[in-house]
Amino acid sequence: MTGKTPIYLDYSATTPVDPRVAEKMIPYLTERYGNPASRSHVFGWDAEKAVEDARAEVAALVHCDPREIVWTSGATESNNLAIKGAVHFYAGTKGKHILTISTEHKAVLDTVRELERQGYEATYLDPEPDGLVDAARFQAALRPDTVLASVMLVNNEIGVIQDIETLGSLCRANGTLFHVDAAQATGKVAIDLSRLPVDLMSFSAHKTYGPKGIGALYVRRKPRIRIEAQMHGGGHERGMRSGTLPTHQIVGMGEAFRIAREEMELENARIRRLRDKLWAGLSETEEVYLNGDLKQRVPHNLNVSFNFVEGESLIMAVKEIAVSSGSACTSASLEPSYVLRALGRSDELAHSSIRFSIGRFTTEEEIDYTIHLVKSRIGKLRELSPLWEMYQEGIDLDSVQWAAH
Amino acid sequence: MNAVYFDHNATTALDSRVLEAMLPYLRLQQGNPTSRHGFGRHARNAIEQAREQVAAAVGAHPSQVVFTSGGTEADNLAILGITAILPPAQIAVSAIEHPAVLRPAHTLRDRGWQVAEIAVDADGRLDMDSLHTVLRQPTALVSVMAANNETGVLQDLAAVSETARRVGAFVHTDAVQALGKLAIDFHALGVQAMSLSAHKIYGPQGAGALVLDKRVDIRPVLHGGGQEKGLRSGTENIAAIVGFGLACELARRELAQRTAAVVSLRERLEAGLHRLDATIFGERAPRLPNTSFFAFPDIEGETLVMALDRRGFAVASGSACSSDSTEPSHVLTAMGVAPAIARGAVRVSLGAGNTADEVRAFLHALEDELTRLRSMAAIAV
Repeated sequence: MTGKTPIYLDYSATTPVDPRVAEKMIPYLTERYGNPASRSHVFGWDAEKAVEDARAEVAALVHCDPREIVWTSGATESNNLAIKGAVHFYAGTKGKHILTISTEHKAVLDTVRELERQGYEATYLDPEPDGLVDAARFQAALRPDTVLASVMLVNNEIGVIQDIETLGSLCRANGTLFHVDAAQATGKVAIDLSRLPVDLMSFSAHKTYGPKGIGALYVRRKPRIRIEAQMHGGGHERGMRSGTLPTHQIVGMGEAFRIAREEMELENARIRRLRDKLWAGLSETEEVYLNGDLKQRVPHNLNVSFNFVEGESLIMAVKEIAVSSGSACTSASLEPSYVLRALGRSDELAHSSIRFSIGRFTTEEEIDYTIHLVKSRIGKLRELSPLWEMYQEGIDLDSVQWAAH
Repeated sequence: MNAVYFDHNATTALDSRVLEAMLPYLRLQQGNPTSRHGFGRHARNAIEQAREQVAAAVGAHPSQVVFTSGGTEADNLAILGITAILPPAQIAVSAIEHPAVLRPAHTLRDRGWQVAEIAVDADGRLDMDSLHTVLRQPTALVSVMAANNETGVLQDLAAVSETARRVGAFVHTDAVQALGKLAIDFHALGVQAMSLSAHKIYGPQGAGALVLDKRVDIRPVLHGGGQEKGLRSGTENIAAIVGFGLACELARRELAQRTAAVVSLRERLEAGLHRLDATIFGERAPRLPNTSFFAFPDIEGETLVMALDRRGFAVASGSACSSDSTEPSHVLTAMGVAPAIARGAVRVSLGAGNTADEVRAFLHALEDELTRLRSMAAIAV
């Protein structure tokens, strides 16, 4: 092992900024500092051009018109703007029901819950045990008054890829708007909005080697989708999102998405080899379970439950690697992951899960080291575990009557 | 870009020390502050240090600082978040507020709220009689900016909050333009909420804060992962927050020098403007030390600004956020300035790095352009 520890395997929480992105941003932090809304001088025009060039790069990655891209402060704001903005605008004509999936990101779930507080109705559909949404069950959950459905393209915890095309077609047939959270998808799966039946799509820069604090929302123009602004002020972004545009961050997102467009094919092949190697290594150990479907999944993600190991001690035992147990946004809490529970995993298995997420700067040596480290630490933890001992002795743990204390 | 930059109320260049502090977080931003591993903890510590720096700059407690994506979001969070908890009543806003306060306030009408505008006098100062009249209706929230972005005119916030307190109304102030240009004390002003922005004080675009008295209940406007104690979800923009923190600390430490530098430049500028018979808006009121908003009655502001840009001077014709429109400034309209004069308005906002030579050169260029534009106007007639 020649590299430094801890080894970063938490690319789904956030990615480092690609050095090329950082270099492109810095001039806009120094001499090119205009406010893109300043229409009276060269500083403002220069910043505005940079913003529009970046908008074109974001549009190019997902095959849409640059005029369909609205800048936001990140995917959380994009999800809030898409869901509240569209529901508020269309509920009067279509109805008050919202359909989403129980494994969505908190930024979607909490937004829908807020709308429930405001008097809307919601259905939170569970996915199948492999993490994928069943199209027939989705169709059955659509109601005549379903104004909007929201489904993420790639799940942040288990990396499964939903069949957006099929689900979107079902929404179209039902006259329901379709929002897709693609924060975890850009640079990992090809997205072609020119043919996908999607009306609104959320993006983030910092999951794709761009900076934090910037994201975008795709708002379809043909047929034109209207949204009610959620942040009001100077009327930036054609009135859909007010607030001074952070030029350097926008430039960074544009460059990050350009790099993703040009390099994702080669990069994903390399990352897939590393991920498959990691899984091959870890699955040599007994009582290790993969969470989520392996085929319909981005190559970057491996989410594994280690039976007979306690979750918190597991994370402490492998502190040479930076990984997540549950998604970063909820890891402040010790509750087992709601995503894994929605797949039907027991609390014990949900608790003892690790999400390994691999990225652009992960090396083969790091994967080799990780396999070795995790296997040996799991062995040590199990040596200390009475449950593991009972399991080894062939006792069916589900039949044990535990004494209450 | 070799132009002389006189548009610091629109945005400022990043202080090189702030850039240095941000670069490690821009280049190696591994670590989501909510992640529990070492990378995540490091990010969290950086944010907490910045929170202390922001709090210190306005005399608040760090726990009162909620980071946002900027001043607009802070204003929206204050206006929409505070009112979301309350039964519909009246919100009172001054007639000269930034659109980031006025627009969210007006959306409250859909939820059954009354929106009252508090008038200002000819100098741009809040009309206290108008405030008293407005507050005769049951009022939940009053929003008055600390300093106006166009005229730079300051308001007596302590008097506003004293008046509002007597009728049980909360006070929010948009202090985006005041921060870094004058001393601000959140507690002494008696307000319950205050909006701040980084990019007006030599910090980065993309960071701001709402300073909030914890006795005020507030509902978030962004829902999700529950960051910022649930008041503002979304992965924290660490690099920008770190930059905002240092920019606040530098502004606090260097306030006296910065003020002294722009005060003398503005005196020189306005002496020249008087010689050219300019009308200077809000001149008799206490103002930010860096701002001069003026007009020449027979000259279109937009035309003059474009002419000055060609001569290498970056100035504004109104606030950047509304530079698109050719409507006269709502601030000047509220001050009772005739549309013909208001349409001539040009704003110079001075800042770090501006020199006496630049002001002198500007006055020369201005005089030339006035002569040229007037002679063209004479031919056109």
